[in-house]
Amino acid sequence: MIINHPLLGPRDSSEFVYLGDACLINRPAWVGERTEGEDVNDAKTAEALQQYHDYVHLRQNNAGEHKELWYHEQGDRSWLVVTRNTITHEIYNVELAKDVALANKTARATQGGKK
Amino acid sequence: MRNSGFRYSGFRYSGFRYSGFKVIKEALTGHKGWKPVWRTPEPKKEYDIIIIGGGGHGLATAHYLASRYNITNVAVLEKGWIGGGNVGRNTTIIRSNYLHPENQPFYELSMKLWEGLEQDLNYNAMVSQRGILNLYHSDGQRDAYVRRGNSMLMSGADAQLLDQEGVRELYPFLDFDNARFPIKGGLLQKRGGTVRHDAVAWGYARGADSRGVDIIQNCEVTGFLIKDGKCTGVKTNKGNIGAKKVASCVAGSSSRVMSQAGMNLPIESHVLQAFVSEGLKPIIDGVITFGAGHFYISQSDKGGLVFGGDIDGYNTYAQRGNLPVVEDVCESGMAIMPSIGRAKLLRNWGGVMDMSMDGSPFIDRTHIKGLYFNGGWCYGGFKATPASGLCYAHLLATDTPHEVARGYRLDRFKTGNIVDENGRGAQPNTH
Ligand SMILES: Cc1cc2nc3c(=O)[nH]c(=O)nc-3n(C[C@H](O)[C@H](O)[C@H](O)COP(=O)(O)OP(=O)(O)OC[C@H]3O[C@@H](n4cnc5c(N)ncnc54)[C@H](O)[C@@H]3O)c2cc1C
Repeated sequence: MIINHPLLGPRDSSEFVYLGDACLINRPAWVGERTEGEDVNDAKTAEALQQYHDYVHLRQNNAGEHKELWYHEQGDRSWLVVTRNTITHEIYNVELAKDVALANKTARATQGGKK
Repeated sequence: MRNSGFRYSGFRYSGFRYSGFKVIKEALTGHKGWKPVWRTPEPKKEYDIIIIGGGGHGLATAHYLASRYNITNVAVLEKGWIGGGNVGRNTTIIRSNYLHPENQPFYELSMKLWEGLEQDLNYNAMVSQRGILNLYHSDGQRDAYVRRGNSMLMSGADAQLLDQEGVRELYPFLDFDNARFPIKGGLLQKRGGTVRHDAVAWGYARGADSRGVDIIQNCEVTGFLIKDGKCTGVKTNKGNIGAKKVASCVAGSSSRVMSQAGMNLPIESHVLQAFVSEGLKPIIDGVITFGAGHFYISQSDKGGLVFGGDIDGYNTYAQRGNLPVVEDVCESGMAIMPSIGRAKLLRNWGGVMDMSMDGSPFIDRTHIKGLYFNGGWCYGGFKATPASGLCYAHLLATDTPHEVARGYRLDRFKTGNIVDENGRGAQPNTH
C-alpha cells in the first residue's frame, strides 16, 4: 500500500506503524481529582469508567471505509489519519492527525456553544 | 478411545463407506460414484439452536451439541460453503503450549479431543502428532520457556526442554551459528503436530448431519430478530428463521455479524498470510518455530513446505495481504534455515482473523438474551476447534461456562480479568 503523505508525498506503508481506529484521538475526559472522603462509587465515576473501557477496548471494526491512525516512524514521525477501504485496501484520503484532532475539538466546542 | 464407528449404527449411514477397492473402482470410472456425506436441507421455520458460521468451530459445536448434549434440532447457517473460511485456510498446526491458567487447560482439553477425534467421528482427519519445537536464542528466552514448560506439565500436557545438541539431533540443517540469533535450544511438545484441516470441517459436518443437524450452505445471516432485549431468530437471504438460542461463530466476520445486534466488540480483523513451496523430499518431520521473529514451518504429506509468519498488522477484510510481510517471512525463514532459499514458492494466500484486545478468545453469552458469542481466536483457533466446539455446546446446552472456558468472558476487560499471554495490552496487531 502507498500512503500519500500530506507533506512528503507517496510513501510505502512499510515505513509506518499502524495504531488503529482514529477514534483513539478522542480520549474521553476522566472524572478528575476527588477530594478525600468523597464517594468514588457514584454514577459519574461509573459512567466515566464505562466510557474509558469502551474507548480502550471496543472497536467498530467496520468493513469498508475506515479512518485509522498511522505513525510515520521511519520518516518524519508524524501521526496521520488515513481513510482507507478495509475490503479493497484503496486509500481515499490522508490528513495530519493534528489537523483532525483540532477540527474535532472545534466541532465539539461549537456544538457545546449551541446548547 | 471412547468410541468407534459402531456408535453410528442405527443412523442414516453405518460404519465403513470407504475402502481401497472403492477408491480403485472410482479412479477407473471417473470418480462419478461418490455420494455427498451430508444433506442439503431447506431451513425449517424454527430451531432450538441456530449456529451462525459453518467453519470448524461452528460445525464442531453442532457435532458436540448433538452427540454429547442430545440437542439435535439445530441448524448451522453458512454464507458460503463449509470449509471455505479459515478452517480451510490455516497452516494446520495443533499444540497445547500456553502459559496462563485460563488458556492452558482449555488447549490441553483440545489436544485430548484431537487425540480421540478420528474414533469419535469415524473419519480420517490425518491427526499427526509429529511434534512442535519452539526455538530459543537467548538465556532469557530459555528461562521463559522453562516457565512455560512447567505450566504445560501442570495442566497434564507434555513438554521437554532441549539444549542445542538436542535440537541438532532433530534438525541438523538449522543455522545454529547465526550471527544475530544463534539457536541455543528449544521447547518441544511431542504431542503437538498437524491435522488435515478440510477433513476436520467435513468430519464434524458429517458427525452433526448424521445426528439430524441441518447444515444450510449459501445462507447468509443479514440481521437478528430482537424483541424486548431477547433474540428470537435471524434474518437471512433465505428468509427469517426462528430459534430459541442463536450462537454466532463466524471468526473473522465477528464484528460484521455482531454489529447487526448493535454490538461493538473488543476485536479487530486482520489478515494472516500462509505460504506453500513446491513439493520436496521429506526434510522436516515436525513443526519448527523461530523464537526471534515471526516464522514457523512444517512439511505437508505431499512434500510442500508450509510456512507463515506475522500478520500484516492493519484492519482488513480482504483475504489477501501485502508484499512487505512476504519479505519479512522469507527473511525470517532464511535466518533459521538457509536451505529454504533454494525452494520455489508455489502459492500463498491470506485469511481474515478476529484479533482480540488481549489475544485470547471469547465463549460467552451477550447482554441480549438468547444471543451467544464465540470469537476472538486470532491466528490460533484451528488447534482450538474441538475444545471450542465442546465448550460452546456446553454453554448453549447448560447456560453455564465449561470449566476450562471460564476465562473467556466478553466483559473481562471491564472486570480486569484479561488473559494476555504476551503482555502486550489492548493492541490487537501486537498479539
Ligand atoms: C493463514 C492462516 C494460518 C493459520 N494457521 C493456524 C495454525 O497453524 N494453527 C491454528 O491453531 N490456527 C491457525 N489459524 C487460525 C484458524 O484458522 C482460525 O482461528 C479458525 O479457523 C477460526 O475458526 P473457524 O474455523 O470456525 O473459522 P472459519 O472457517 O472462518 O468459519 C467462519 C465461517 O462463518 C461464515 N460466515 C461469516 N459471516 C457469516 C454470515 N453473516 N452468515 C453466515 N455465515 C457467515 C464464514 O463464511 C465462515 O465459513 C490460521 C489462520 C490463517 C488465516
